[in-house]
Amino acid sequence: MAQTLAQKILQRHCSEEVGVAGNIVQCSTSLVLANDITAPLSIDSFRKMGARKVFDREKIALVCDHFTPNKDIDSAEQVKKVREFAREMDILHYYEGGNSGVEHALLPELGLVGPGDIVVGADSHTCTYGGLGAFATGMGSTDIAGAMALGETWFKVPETIRVNITGNLEKFTTSKDLILHLIGVIGVDGALYRALEFGGSVVDEMEIEARMTMANMAIEAGGKAGLFPADSRTIAYCTDSGFADPEEIYPDSGAEYFRVVDIDVSGMSPQIACPHLPDNVKPVEELKNVKVDQVVLGSCTNGRISDLRAAAEIIKGRKVHKDVRFIVLPATPRIYEQALDEGLIKIFAQAGGIVGPPTCGPCLGGHMGILAAGERCLATTNRNFKGRMGSLESEVYLGSPITAAAAALTGEIIHPEKV
Amino acid sequence: MKYAGKAHKVGDHIDTDAIIPARFLVTSDPQELGQKCFEGLEEGWVKRVNAGDILVGGKNFGCGSSREHAPIAILGAGMPVVIAHSYARIFYRNGFNMGLVLLEIGDDIERISDGDELEVDAKSGTIQNKTTNEVIKSLPVPEFMTEILTSGGLVEYVRKKVA
Repeated sequence: MAQTLAQKILQRHCSEEVGVAGNIVQCSTSLVLANDITAPLSIDSFRKMGARKVFDREKIALVCDHFTPNKDIDSAEQVKKVREFAREMDILHYYEGGNSGVEHALLPELGLVGPGDIVVGADSHTCTYGGLGAFATGMGSTDIAGAMALGETWFKVPETIRVNITGNLEKFTTSKDLILHLIGVIGVDGALYRALEFGGSVVDEMEIEARMTMANMAIEAGGKAGLFPADSRTIAYCTDSGFADPEEIYPDSGAEYFRVVDIDVSGMSPQIACPHLPDNVKPVEELKNVKVDQVVLGSCTNGRISDLRAAAEIIKGRKVHKDVRFIVLPATPRIYEQALDEGLIKIFAQAGGIVGPPTCGPCLGGHMGILAAGERCLATTNRNFKGRMGSLESEVYLGSPITAAAAALTGEIIHPEKV
Repeated sequence: MKYAGKAHKVGDHIDTDAIIPARFLVTSDPQELGQKCFEGLEEGWVKRVNAGDILVGGKNFGCGSSREHAPIAILGAGMPVVIAHSYARIFYRNGFNMGLVLLEIGDDIERISDGDELEVDAKSGTIQNKTTNEVIKSLPVPEFMTEILTSGGLVEYVRKKVA
């Protein structure tokens, strides 16, 4: 039977035949992940399950990144609980403090994820690793506790929506704009219970970091996973990151798809998701006089070095608008160091930006960069739900690092070509 | 698995930030989370709920984060059952794992209004709307989910396996 990428990867981890969409299959897990918000609950469930040992101390990653550096006593207690569990179980991949970064940027960089893997994480943006040809999906803490104990979990084989992306990408249009456009087309429940599989000439030419940005937001269309083929670019990325023996993986021709979406990117301008859902997407030129109080550049969607470079190119030698707080968060310590070496941090600091430590805090209104009533933010993050970044009366717009840089300079949401 | 209570209807695409905003995620205590349930929709929302009441969601209920705190908050607020048009995938899994009964009824969701008195038989998936005297049938709970439920939830299911 011709298989989609999702079926193909699930089959690698399953002793029975995966077969058609709708089947429920038990699969082994390559990596099991939780963070400082979700791991404490996983640890409680793990104990209640009567488990004494994790299935493999090298295949679990615990990353403290949401409320860190700890914002208060309660969050410090949560991290303490995770730390003590990691020590007790002798977990190899435990990250906090100066070793920690935004989990979905950190793990690929450390070579912990690669093609053909099944990764489950107690974080909805675990789907990011689909950019590397992994079947990766978010689950709750108790599912993750089960996977930590057993090294396996169950999946319903998803139907797949195939997305073909072709045409010529415009100068200021990025992979973030493509995924926002797609979510705008299919809606926030357009891929509910299904996998998104990306392909086409634009994808073939797309860098791995850009693919991860797109896979990251599959969940914003309700997707179970967002999958990219693992091609020679993937192999090169994974070899560099130290992932052992990455293999190319492609979907079979003739695989059965629930739906095919064709997108021609030629002439597409930067896209903005307006409040309060990620599918409320408009081309940037349709937004008139939308002033912003804050701009956030960072997160598991767009806090990678290529994102910082793209924004710095626009910011360089200029000043952030006096009415804007421009928060820049390199997603990992290595990205921070790269940004230092390349002079990007200096560009942001000289422009009047606030360069913070790697953290997820502002994206979820949990820690730093909280919005007051009536305030508006343009963020490179992935969600703009009502009250996501603070007050229920605040507004979040989503855009690319390039549109974020343009908004930081002008104080309004504007086409970057006008800066 | 029978429940009765007043329907509290919320809209389509109710996300996990609406159910329990991130700033409250410094605990996993059901009582504490229950007191903040739907604080991201409206301040003090939970005050309208009596124990046993039934939550009625629209399309894509529970979209967003994987935070298990969301079903825990709903249970903590005293609502043991959710009826929705459809669920976000992660929330659906989490709900069952936490012992929250989830019924999916598609467009029939329009046959329930805010404040209706409902009686739910979760086993047969039958919802009686006492206010309108209508009977609504939900989609059957998938077999595999029933297996987890009959084990006493995911914790017990895994407990047997690691024993």
